[in-house]
Amino acid sequence: MTTPILKVTGLTMDFGGIRALNRLDLDVCAGEIVALIGPNGAGKTTFFNCVTGIYQPTGGDMILTPPGGHKSINLKGLKPNTVTEKGLARTFQNIRLFSKMTVLENVMIGRHCRTHAFIFGAIFRTKATRKEEKEIIEMSYSLLKEVGLAHLADEFAENLAYGAQRRLEIARALATEPLLLLLDEPAAGMNPQETLQLKELIKKIASAGQAILLIEHDMKLVMSLSDRIFVMDYGKKIAEGVPAEIRANPEVIKAYLGEDIDA
Amino acid sequence: MFSYKEIKKTALISLWFVFLTFPIMVIKVDPIERIVRWRWDNAIYVGVGIFFTRFLIEYLKDRNNKRQAAKRSANKESQPIIHSIIANPKQRNIVIVVLLSTAFIFPFIFSTYQTNIMITALMYVVLGLGLNIVVGMAGLLDLGFVAFYAVGAYSYALLNYHFGLGFWAVLPIGGCLAGLAGLILGFPVLRLRGDYLAIVTLGFGEIIRLVLENWNDFSMGPSGISNIDRPGFFGIELSLNGSIMYLYYIMIVLMIITIFIVNRLQDSRLGRAWIALREDEIACQAMGIDKRKTKLVAFSLGAFWAGIVGVIFAAKTTFINPASFTFLESAIILSIVVLGGMGSIIGVIMGAFILILLPEYLRAFSEYRMLVFGGILVAMMVFRPQGLISNIRRTYTFNKDQ
Ligand SMILES: Nc1ncnc2c1ncn2[C@@H]1O[C@H](COP(=O)(O)OP(=O)(O)O)[C@@H](O)[C@H]1O
Ligand SMILES: [Mg+2]
Repeated sequence: MTTPILKVTGLTMDFGGIRALNRLDLDVCAGEIVALIGPNGAGKTTFFNCVTGIYQPTGGDMILTPPGGHKSINLKGLKPNTVTEKGLARTFQNIRLFSKMTVLENVMIGRHCRTHAFIFGAIFRTKATRKEEKEIIEMSYSLLKEVGLAHLADEFAENLAYGAQRRLEIARALATEPLLLLLDEPAAGMNPQETLQLKELIKKIASAGQAILLIEHDMKLVMSLSDRIFVMDYGKKIAEGVPAEIRANPEVIKAYLGEDIDA
Repeated sequence: MFSYKEIKKTALISLWFVFLTFPIMVIKVDPIERIVRWRWDNAIYVGVGIFFTRFLIEYLKDRNNKRQAAKRSANKESQPIIHSIIANPKQRNIVIVVLLSTAFIFPFIFSTYQTNIMITALMYVVLGLGLNIVVGMAGLLDLGFVAFYAVGAYSYALLNYHFGLGFWAVLPIGGCLAGLAGLILGFPVLRLRGDYLAIVTLGFGEIIRLVLENWNDFSMGPSGISNIDRPGFFGIELSLNGSIMYLYYIMIVLMIITIFIVNRLQDSRLGRAWIALREDEIACQAMGIDKRKTKLVAFSLGAFWAGIVGVIFAAKTTFINPASFTFLESAIILSIVVLGGMGSIIGVIMGAFILILLPEYLRAFSEYRMLVFGGILVAMMVFRPQGLISNIRRTYTFNKDQ
């Protein structure tokens, strides 16, 4: 087996007296779709926040290994922007777009950490800057096409429908060229048709070899997309395995307390 | 709108105003006769006045909302005339040519007094554009902007006094020193957000002023520094009128350069990062933007312009003292940015002209100047919170079918 892109060991996060994450282990390999599920308040979003540097975990390690024999990096203690530069990009459970910027500009922001123009380049608009700017625009636009929002490129982000906003967040995250894409409940609040579109989109992205770690409540979506599933409850991992194993796991059924996970 | 509830509410508001203004409107102490006069009629005027004013405001607000709703349902964006002029290159060029030629011949047509006022207005345009980077684009509420203006002015005054350095030599030095001051101040304070940042920058602004006031050996205290050289013109002595005209043209050129640079900055990778930072800090960081660095650059660039204008201020007045750098100055510059429209370059230019020229020409009513000033700002907040000119949505042209 190859070394996983992201290997998290013993991740612990305390908020005062609350232990939101309790010695959590998790790993994602290249090209995989891995799902992280669990009841509300289980600590899934907290996990994302720790991995992406927004929270500083109390303990544990998060090792990122870029494929192709690169050196591993411990993400612990890095600032969020550095984590993104190293190759993790995420979406947010409660959408966080730049609402007064256009759809295209939102995606262009995602290119920030892969481009370099600064004060000098901005003022004198050197040849290198113009070229870079053109590449930013073109790549952002092609990402918008990929998520099906190209026709709305010049609209303000706040004017988009809910489902479109979620897809825009995905495009923005992809613009950072992540090694691993983290999606926090991308289907939340979507209608069945939008969910179906989303499923196709995630499949398409994954088929290009993109590794994805997915938090999701929609069991149908999780079961049909994921290669492996991690289940957590009260900050602890309670199960891990392929979808068929998870569906049959009595602990999982108990945690979901009769919720219909075959749905 | 004339429902019973509305009328009752309006009546209560009027009563409240009567109560609030009671001490100044009704009671009048006559110290010579040693009596208190109760001017009850004033209370009635205030009450009735407020009663009708509120209905007027409500009516205007209502009309405004309706008009906007109508526009929205007609699926048309409200596009102010200025936006449509900008969008049309031909019209835009005509406007620019007209403005430039007016600016060029201005000192020949108008008196030196008018030219002097215009120089002041232009200085505030550049100050406003500088603060616009910090507040309008990057969303950092800086109430101590005048501190950097002071750094620029004192740089020139002191370097000129001690070492005899000329205006042109100090212009970049003053700007850079102010930018450096911005960097040094920004380093600790930019961890704070919103209101906290505003309070701390306000404090720093006052500290700089107090230092200048009290450190006599360094800054000559409240008596200030006089006999600062005016800008040199290739070694030629200019008459007073000549040097004012000269300064006017320097300001015009500086303003054009500033507009050019700010416009380019806004339309760049860095400018986008500032705006994104204003919109959502956490999302911004998650997209790989270094919050600290981006904010510091904005803060320090804004300070740079304040420093440049500071040098010009010292050269214009040939005398400076700490009294020129009070909080009121920061407040005026901030009002320019807010009135004009946060982040909008044209808005800031218009805001500066309105806020600086209006009080100059309202000098006749100088007693009511600040009142009118305040009234305009309150009216803006109620009727046009986005400022005179809202920011233009940028679209990008490129080959879409590849
Ligand atoms: N910033 C915070 N401060 C205190 N407690 C928090 C914070 N963030 C999350 N928590 C707590 O951590 C637990 C897990 O929350 P969360 O990760 O949002 O759950 P999930 O995403 O699985 O629904 C909850 O009990 C929540 O109250
Ligand atoms: Mg969550």
